[in-house]
Amino acid sequence: MAGTDTKEISGQKAESPVVRFFKENLGILIALIALCLILTVNPATSRTFLTSQNIFNMLRQTSTNLYIACGMTMVIILGGIDLSVGSIIALSGCIAAGCVVHYHFPIAIAILVGILVGLLVGLFNGVVIAKTTIPAFIVTLATMNIARGFAYVYTGGSPVRVITKEWQFIGGGYVGIFPVPVIILFIVLILTGLIMNKTRLGRYIYAVGGNAQAAEFSGINVAKVKFLVQVFSGIMAGLAGIVLASRMYSGQPTAGEGAEMDAIAAVVVGGTSMAGGSGKLGGTIIGGLIIGVLNNGLNLMNVNSFWQYVVKGAVILLAVYVDYLRHRKTE
Amino acid sequence: MKNISKSFPGVKALDSVNFELKAGEVHALLGENGAGKSTLIKVLGGIYIPDQGDIYINGTRAEIHDVRSAQRNGISIIHQELVLVPQMTVAENIYLGREPGKKFVDRKKMQVEAQKLLNTYGMQIDADTLVGKLTIAQQQMVEIIKAISYQSKIVVMDEPTSSLSDSEVSYLFKTIRTLVRENIGIIYISHKMSELGEICDRVTVMRDGQAVGTRVVKETTNDELISMMVGRELKHYYTRDYQKQKKVVLKCENISDGKMVKDVSFELHEGEIIGFAGLIGAGRSETMKCIFGLTKGSTGNIFLDGHKIRIKSPTEAMRYGIAFVPEDRKSEGLYSLQSVRYNSTIEVLRTFMKFFSVNAKKEREIAQTYIDIMGTKTPSQEQTIQNLSGGNQQKVMIGRWLATKPKVLILDEPTRGIDVGAKSEIYAIMNRLAKEGMAIIMVSSELPEIINMSDRIYVMCDGTLRGSFDHAEATQEKIMKLAAK
Repeated sequence: MAGTDTKEISGQKAESPVVRFFKENLGILIALIALCLILTVNPATSRTFLTSQNIFNMLRQTSTNLYIACGMTMVIILGGIDLSVGSIIALSGCIAAGCVVHYHFPIAIAILVGILVGLLVGLFNGVVIAKTTIPAFIVTLATMNIARGFAYVYTGGSPVRVITKEWQFIGGGYVGIFPVPVIILFIVLILTGLIMNKTRLGRYIYAVGGNAQAAEFSGINVAKVKFLVQVFSGIMAGLAGIVLASRMYSGQPTAGEGAEMDAIAAVVVGGTSMAGGSGKLGGTIIGGLIIGVLNNGLNLMNVNSFWQYVVKGAVILLAVYVDYLRHRKTE
Repeated sequence: MKNISKSFPGVKALDSVNFELKAGEVHALLGENGAGKSTLIKVLGGIYIPDQGDIYINGTRAEIHDVRSAQRNGISIIHQELVLVPQMTVAENIYLGREPGKKFVDRKKMQVEAQKLLNTYGMQIDADTLVGKLTIAQQQMVEIIKAISYQSKIVVMDEPTSSLSDSEVSYLFKTIRTLVRENIGIIYISHKMSELGEICDRVTVMRDGQAVGTRVVKETTNDELISMMVGRELKHYYTRDYQKQKKVVLKCENISDGKMVKDVSFELHEGEIIGFAGLIGAGRSETMKCIFGLTKGSTGNIFLDGHKIRIKSPTEAMRYGIAFVPEDRKSEGLYSLQSVRYNSTIEVLRTFMKFFSVNAKKEREIAQTYIDIMGTKTPSQEQTIQNLSGGNQQKVMIGRWLATKPKVLILDEPTRGIDVGAKSEIYAIMNRLAKEGMAIIMVSSELPEIINMSDRIYVMCDGTLRGSFDHAEATQEKIMKLAAK
């Protein structure tokens, strides 16, 4: 094209990451802010929405979705998916609760066991996906059923109640004004962000997701990247399972049903393409917050929970459509 | 086509272009990437509506506002990327969208008609075959037959020979001559100037959205056409300063991949460029993949600076200082959605990334260094690489591997699908690298390129080495003789 033929090569001025963040996510950022404004102004919720208690509560509730959404972001950029996260939530919560109640493990150990459960399922997913050509969709669909099945088998179908205060601290406690899950969320986000943006593995995820064939030619160990990402996703789900079980005072085999869909929704609304190779964590965070604020708002308005499904789906569609329009204009 | 202009946001793709095609003529459209050839063709085909200008067919103004109206006016375009449905049969593809029959598809009639067409043009293809099972050359024939079945009077072929072997190319030319005899006018878009002399009557050169001039092929020279395409006189297309032979840096003995490559042996000296010639499917790229550690189960001995080494993966190959730029940058090299910077530094992450920290400044410097060395034209490092022209994309690819500071650089079809100006620049860079001591292996299907750039030429056929020539004694005929089965 005539334009690029004679331009001088530049690039010494890197765009500030903050500016880039706003530019890339303008559509969904506006959606989130608009949503918050509506809830602040709407008489049904104006007094209850914008209070620190409600905001922190909302963050506490959304945090579990955001843990798995972090893992899901990586998996989707890689060109795969993890449908087993919801079931891992159930399995890790039940086993961890069982450790406390049946084997009298100290809480800290039980937590580690729960995360380990997630790690092991992720490991299994990772090995099969990395070593065979079976698509991630199928593998994780299978483990989704197997893991939840194990949760039912282990608990006999009924919840495992944990009444100790230390247990409830993780999901329901505070450190200062911050709910514990929110603090964990900060740590998770920073860790995920560092991995994706500041490590070689992060770059390789984009490479394998964008062009796996080229990644082979580049000498990237494609199998290792696929494996590690699945393990990370499993760990995140294990963590989410613990926090959720803590908040519910019990490990439940029915926990986390549909959680994978909320995570995928957060990732997709955040602008990551299901085709792989592109996407940012920042978008996922905003996507997750949109869903969280939405759930919160609908609850405050006492909307029938069945309608919440409908509204959530419609909003996701709208957010993605707006983003699609925005990208079409710049093409 | 008179006075055709078309603009897109920020770019004037066509600027008052005049183009004329005679019945029964093969008229070539020549130009660098971004010159406007595809845009002009898309206007003709009804894919784009021009901002200004008119199209006249047989003297009368034609109303072309979409693909169907273009087809109704007798215009057919055979795109570079074939648009057949692989899971359907030849007959089904030919009649896609206009299947015969009133309520139900009359499959028998469809097949009979399709077979008639195929036979008329001497194509030994069964109308009942699944298109996916045909070779690219045969699929192309099906596209041509499809165009004919639309009673097209104007057929546009976009880079028709890019994936064809030499025998398939002659077959294509035979078909074109048949079309010409039926007074069909053909617009032939190609990068390969060697083909123009063989099949084209006239050629129009485009540059920067303008039609620079039209010549009769027999009355012009390659040099004139090149300078029209580039806008300046390209005095030295090839740059090669041969030097005295230095020491052997790479020696390969009996390389086999267990499938088709058998016992390939050769030597590579410092500062030397060796060319690997051969037909498509000769096994050259496969041999290079063995050397680069991409083929499990490959055997043979490799000596680097006299020491025997084992290469079991690309990472090991890189550690020994070997770099490999694959032939198909789109599917084997580019990370299309990422920036130029990302694509430039992906092989050398360790030099600016440690633990959880990225030395962004160092990364930008590295990327800039190789942008400068290669002369890549990009508005910035952050530009998404798929927005660059083919030539600049290839420069980024080569730059990416140069960043690993290799001793041995393997280039597989380094100038494929690139415009003339960029090709010349890449030759100059290869020459400079060789002078600085790098040892280069160039796999190429373009004989002039191989003959003009290599110190020594190895010819492969069916996975084996058939012979080699010093550049002084090499001729196209000698090479082709060894390359043919």
